[in-house]
Amino acid sequence: MNQDLRILVVEPDPERVRAIFDALKDAGWSDVKALGHMSALDRTVKEFAPDIVLIDLANPDRDTLEHISHATETSKRAVALFVDETDDILTQAALSAGVSAYVVDGLKMDRIKSVLETAIARFKIMRQIQSELDAAKQALEDRKTIDRAKGILMRRRGFSEDDAYNLLRKTAMSQNRKVIHVAHALVTAAELLS
Amino acid sequence: MSQTVLNCGYVPLVDCAPLVIAKELGFAGEEGLALNLVRQPSWSALRDMLALGHLDVAQMLSPMPVAMSIGLGGLPARVDTLMVLSVNGTVFGVSNDVALDIGAVPFGDAKALLSALSTRKGTALRVGVPFHYSMHRLLLSLWTSNAPDLQIEEITVPPPRMADAVADGFVDAFWVGEPWGSVAVGQDVAQLMMTGKDVWQFAPEKVLAARHDWVEGNGDAAAQLMRAVYKASAWLDAKKNTPLAVEILARSEHLSMSPDLIDPALSGDIVTKRNTAPTPVGRFLQFHKHAATFPWRSQAAWIASQLGADAVGIEKAKACFRADLYRQNLAGIGADMPGASEKEEGALHFETAVASSRGHMILSPDAFFDGRTYDFS
Repeated sequence: MNQDLRILVVEPDPERVRAIFDALKDAGWSDVKALGHMSALDRTVKEFAPDIVLIDLANPDRDTLEHISHATETSKRAVALFVDETDDILTQAALSAGVSAYVVDGLKMDRIKSVLETAIARFKIMRQIQSELDAAKQALEDRKTIDRAKGILMRRRGFSEDDAYNLLRKTAMSQNRKVIHVAHALVTAAELLS
Repeated sequence: MSQTVLNCGYVPLVDCAPLVIAKELGFAGEEGLALNLVRQPSWSALRDMLALGHLDVAQMLSPMPVAMSIGLGGLPARVDTLMVLSVNGTVFGVSNDVALDIGAVPFGDAKALLSALSTRKGTALRVGVPFHYSMHRLLLSLWTSNAPDLQIEEITVPPPRMADAVADGFVDAFWVGEPWGSVAVGQDVAQLMMTGKDVWQFAPEKVLAARHDWVEGNGDAAAQLMRAVYKASAWLDAKKNTPLAVEILARSEHLSMSPDLIDPALSGDIVTKRNTAPTPVGRFLQFHKHAATFPWRSQAAWIASQLGADAVGIEKAKACFRADLYRQNLAGIGADMPGASEKEEGALHFETAVASSRGHMILSPDAFFDGRTYDFS
């Protein structure tokens, strides 16, 4: 197995770190280290000397990591993003999964490929879970706003709950907007007028 | 009428204002554009998304298109600068400890500050900058090159974490774009010592950039966008519009922060130390006047030379600042054009009238604090 490859995962969320670790281990990579905080990045990259660094595309520490790559760059050391921008398919897959990788030392493409494919698969799953979670949170928020708007109509105009909702819906339809946007406008207006 | 949808990347800083105003006040819509502003968590992410085609256009630090075009950094690509989005607008600050060490230095005196920092005892001064290919870093290098005794260590810190980095002792000083200097002052962890303008009076800070092949294939969209942004920059320049600009930028879908933090950059009233009266800074952040949006080829050449480029690299850099497109696309809406596309950078110590398409226009001072000038013609 390819156990001699040192991999650094930069990720503050322990849950995600565990998922990545498991996936890498299943694929035969065990020399893996995780780092959650920027202030240790510099030292860790120097001491652990990873062959490859995996980091979430959305992580603001990416800029710091790039700088460290510049600074530690010796003449022959390849510092590549997503492995190698000439590998379009892998690059696109990495980008849409939200993972970016830095090859800190010159390495053979075929070895990096399997690490990255494993990581991409895991990142994809995590991304999906995250977006489902976000959607659920948003739905809950919207629900609350619509409830508040209904409440305002019930108090101010003596509507039943159904009537209040129907008015919101009718207004939204006639204005070609979403119910949540009408509810938002109503709540904001009520706050301004109260 | 169908609108052209443009995905435009940006990083939430006060100087993204021309893009936000172009969208929110309908300048983009009037040009038939639906401007989809896509917030990015870091400059590297923004760069990758642009280079790999997930974004059509983007706000960038002015050295980024130059670095990419001459093949420096993580992801080389031919990237064009369509126009400058903002000039100046950055601040240099030090931790309270360092401020105590160096004693009183008049705000905005780059030379005095440099000699005060040089006499400071101890280890290298750790200075946080937002990105390796940033005007912040280039100005820091240029400024400290005048004090060989001063040991500097540059550290890249994402701007939203700059105040924490100072508080934790991770950096001793920082060079950052607003509002993050004001945030550090607000948290009482640092004092502002000068602005970027005190080192170079007319430094292109953010630019509007796109891939070269996108620009070649989407000439109409590029022209529409440039006109919209140009009008937005003119709107931003009118003093009476500042309060509304602050309010729009503060909204949750844009910067999502208190208007108090956005106001200093746009009004030029900078609070340098907590619980003190603001210091008015003229031309703190420029969007429009004095040909601020014009992509001077000599600015690109200056950036390339600071990045260590050779003559070939400097020519490549000049070519990526598209003064030609600027002339072609903005002449029709009455934008005044300077007579030349290059100037001797650093030569202007006062506001100066120069030949332009409408007779003459006033250029801003562009002198460097050490009096150096740069001629790349």
